[in-house]
Amino acid sequence: MHERAGVTSLSIALTGSGGAGVMTAGSMLLEAAAQAGWYGLMVRSSGPQIRGGEAAALLRLAARPVDCLDDRFDLVIAVDWQNLHRFADEIPLDAESLMIGDPDQGDPPEAFTQRGTRLAQVAFKRMAKAIPGSWPNMIVLGLAGALAGLPAETLKAVVRKSYKKGDEGLAASFAAVEAGVAAAANLPPAPRLASPARAAKPRWLLTGNEAAGCGAVRGGVRFVAAYPITPATEILEWLAPALADVGGALVQAEDELASINMAIGASFGGVPSLTATAGPGLSLMTEALGLAVAAEVPVVVVDVMRGGPSTGIPAKSEQSDVNIAVNGLHGDAPRIVVAPNSIADCLAATQWAVHLSETLQAPAIVLSDQYLGQTRAVVDRPADLSFMGERALAAPRTEGYKRYALTESGVSPAAVPGMPGNAYTAEGLEHNERGIPSSQSRDHLAQLAKRERKLKQHDYGDRWAEIEGEGDTAVVTFGSCTGAAREALARAAQDGRSVRLVSMRLLSPAQPERLAKALQGVKRVLVVEQNHGAQFHRYLRADFDLPGEVLSYHRAGPLPIRPDEIYRQIKEWRRA
Amino acid sequence: MTAAAAAAPVTWQAFKSDYKPIWCPGCGDYSVLASVAKAFATLELRPENVAVVSGIGCSSRIPAYTSCYGFHGVHGRALAAGTGLKIARPDLTVLVAGGDGDGYSIGGNHFLHACRRNVDITYVVMDNHVYGMTKGQPSPTTEPDWDSKLSPGGTGLRTFHPLVIALAAGANFVARAFSGDPNETARILAEAIRTPGFSFVEILSPCVTFCPEQREWKSLVRPAPVAATDDPARAARRIMTDDGFNIGVLYKGVRKPYQPPVGKAAKRPADLEAGFAI
Amino acid sequence: MEVEAAERYASFADAMDLHNNREVAELFRKLARIEQLHADQLFEEDLSRRAPALPPGGLRWDGGEGPETAAPDELHYRMQPYHALQIALDCEKRANKFFSEYASKTADAKLRKAAREMAAEEAEHVRLIEDWIKRTPPPEKDWEHDPDPPFVSD
Repeated sequence: MHERAGVTSLSIALTGSGGAGVMTAGSMLLEAAAQAGWYGLMVRSSGPQIRGGEAAALLRLAARPVDCLDDRFDLVIAVDWQNLHRFADEIPLDAESLMIGDPDQGDPPEAFTQRGTRLAQVAFKRMAKAIPGSWPNMIVLGLAGALAGLPAETLKAVVRKSYKKGDEGLAASFAAVEAGVAAAANLPPAPRLASPARAAKPRWLLTGNEAAGCGAVRGGVRFVAAYPITPATEILEWLAPALADVGGALVQAEDELASINMAIGASFGGVPSLTATAGPGLSLMTEALGLAVAAEVPVVVVDVMRGGPSTGIPAKSEQSDVNIAVNGLHGDAPRIVVAPNSIADCLAATQWAVHLSETLQAPAIVLSDQYLGQTRAVVDRPADLSFMGERALAAPRTEGYKRYALTESGVSPAAVPGMPGNAYTAEGLEHNERGIPSSQSRDHLAQLAKRERKLKQHDYGDRWAEIEGEGDTAVVTFGSCTGAAREALARAAQDGRSVRLVSMRLLSPAQPERLAKALQGVKRVLVVEQNHGAQFHRYLRADFDLPGEVLSYHRAGPLPIRPDEIYRQIKEWRRA
Repeated sequence: MTAAAAAAPVTWQAFKSDYKPIWCPGCGDYSVLASVAKAFATLELRPENVAVVSGIGCSSRIPAYTSCYGFHGVHGRALAAGTGLKIARPDLTVLVAGGDGDGYSIGGNHFLHACRRNVDITYVVMDNHVYGMTKGQPSPTTEPDWDSKLSPGGTGLRTFHPLVIALAAGANFVARAFSGDPNETARILAEAIRTPGFSFVEILSPCVTFCPEQREWKSLVRPAPVAATDDPARAARRIMTDDGFNIGVLYKGVRKPYQPPVGKAAKRPADLEAGFAI
Repeated sequence: MEVEAAERYASFADAMDLHNNREVAELFRKLARIEQLHADQLFEEDLSRRAPALPPGGLRWDGGEGPETAAPDELHYRMQPYHALQIALDCEKRANKFFSEYASKTADAKLRKAAREMAAEEAEHVRLIEDWIKRTPPPEKDWEHDPDPPFVSD
């Protein structure tokens, strides 16, 4: 491929309804870009209908890794305009953007044209009709691919992959792709993507949910109890055959209460266990998580956060489960909370959570979200991490074995059913060192201190946060806001403004000393999060020390926080 | 509204709201909505005196599509919410509605106890043998060999017998209906609502998106060959041995409904304090 | 019977609108208007311009719903105008059959005459729909095709 200067990122929205097939076209476009050596990601947005609804495939293709959507879209390609005004807020356009629609489908909605966007026309439906057996979305694929600078052969290779052997539709689809490519030549030029960097290491194409499932298996999870809930279901669906392949098991439970209790039961038996859910499910699981704390049984719950509270906005992202994750159990019940900060990081974060949970014999919550979970992205192949779940085990036939022995680290060597001589009863009631129920003050205080100590004293290493850059201004954030923050900081750097980024991966137990060290010399802190109540900010103020002047930039979903918002907040530095 | 208009019975069309259902075209739930509206109209109820309580899932969207008071609660707890409502407000007609996933899986425990408690409510389950809202996972009534991503190759588990379980748990009225016959369904619903105590109506309602094979159901259903019995053991035997496609009222008992006598104060709050005085 | 048919077509139109099948939604609205027109004509000519008081729960038809009322399970979100017209054709044929059978079974001469007239009218509707179908392109191959999977939102 010729070296080509150009933009480093191109954002394309494919929209349509009633079976137009834009999601499929978008997935294929992303895969073609990946094959051609580019990075990229795709977010899906839909109306409430189960079939035939209005749909938008929101893509960003780039010459370097990208972790968030851009501030605007360069291209919108619309098979039709029905109900698309619904997506106006999600597809910001300006005078430089180009919108391509089908002249037979009427005029684009005002919500899209009022930004002065340039318009062009391609008769998708007519062109598809002229190629018997073809579909408009294949024309769109060819058109979008050509405008992005993707070779036609790469597009066709992806289309070929989706067909079963001997399927006659393939030739028609090829012809449609070629027609789309040809149509691109007649259109005003779109920004061209810069040539992709040569792949230094292999790359993967996957969603955060798939990455989390993979991380779980790498971490040693071999039992999963599953109850479907948007947007976590894909983790469980990926794990169903995967676990069977590695000698584990996935069971579909009747509800979240059953799921979490099944997972805890399996873990009591010595098998690293996990379940995945979203806000409403996590709320149901809180009682059992307290049991896991008290009985010191490891278990991992992946919470793929969505719009809340209550049933909320199930198919949209938000970061509003901080409160319940770090504080939501009754009693004094310390637990581990790990927040992946990118799609690729869902793998390492989940694997780490399994490791921590098993090592510290405590429940761990992985705080992912719908954006990370359901966005498909090209990522550098995640490094192989050496750690796995490793539960410290007692020697069999330990004389006078105490399951909840008061050790210096707070971690007591565990016994597992099958181990002779060390039988004990795991206990949710407060208990003494042997695990016998006790209401004595001495035992309660000792066990509370032990459970707190074991988490607090553990050395979490550098993985607790990602700290980048220098400066006397810092952005502190977590999870999916990290990608947007990083891009904002890159822009600030171009202005000559040096800003530090702290993306916290270990939310609980709090690491106040580490954060203080990371913010040494910082005079202004901007806390960024995607929720209405500034939950992360309040948590930081409660459990950490923040230097200098602190501003909170927070907004609930469903719209993502974009790089430009953070950049302007840094530049203008006033209360939002 | 004039007094005359206020007194005129409400037509079944007026029991539907202006919100258009998001159910897939061809879904059995459209017919169930019509049947529910027709039942309410036949009984000469008024929308303001009816509450439709639901959980989460495709079927549970129904309250907003009626012009009655509605409660779209959390997954699986509709029977609990409906029970609380009816006990506190016995003057209302309470219809609890949902799907087989919401009702028999996460809602299973509440289902048992609602049958046992026998509060005067009607429970409608739109059974399509699948979790529709979360992309097609098996539900407790799904056939054991139905392939899905979450249970590849099928669950291998025996299906639930919700009607038999209802009987065993003490339900006072048990019926099966089919969305493909909306007027018969309306008739069964009206009888269910009219019958005091806990009335359970399972409505076979095909899912056109995830279970296209259920189009077969319309040729498999038949009117139940015998009339309803008031003998629970006989009803249980019949239902255990039928193929799941007998339509009609299958059991109708005479258990007295559970309803504490709310609203009648025998004492004043001040009277309760007499015992504290020294 | 006509009014119930009109209402059913109107609700079909709403469902099609919501699922972005505008063409068929328009067609169902047209059919709803036609049925309503038939109803209005009947009220004018034969029923002293006054609609009879219908039971609030709707009419109790033998064998389920009214003969001219379309069954909801025939819908598909990707259906084509041809399919919609087939549904309408079945409805009119059933309506015609209803009146013909009624005419042959009733002993009352007046009712028999009325039923025969209605049957003739429905037969005319059958012809009109058949003509309409002739002018309507047959469904494309793979009309059901939707490359995108179902979408969840709860």
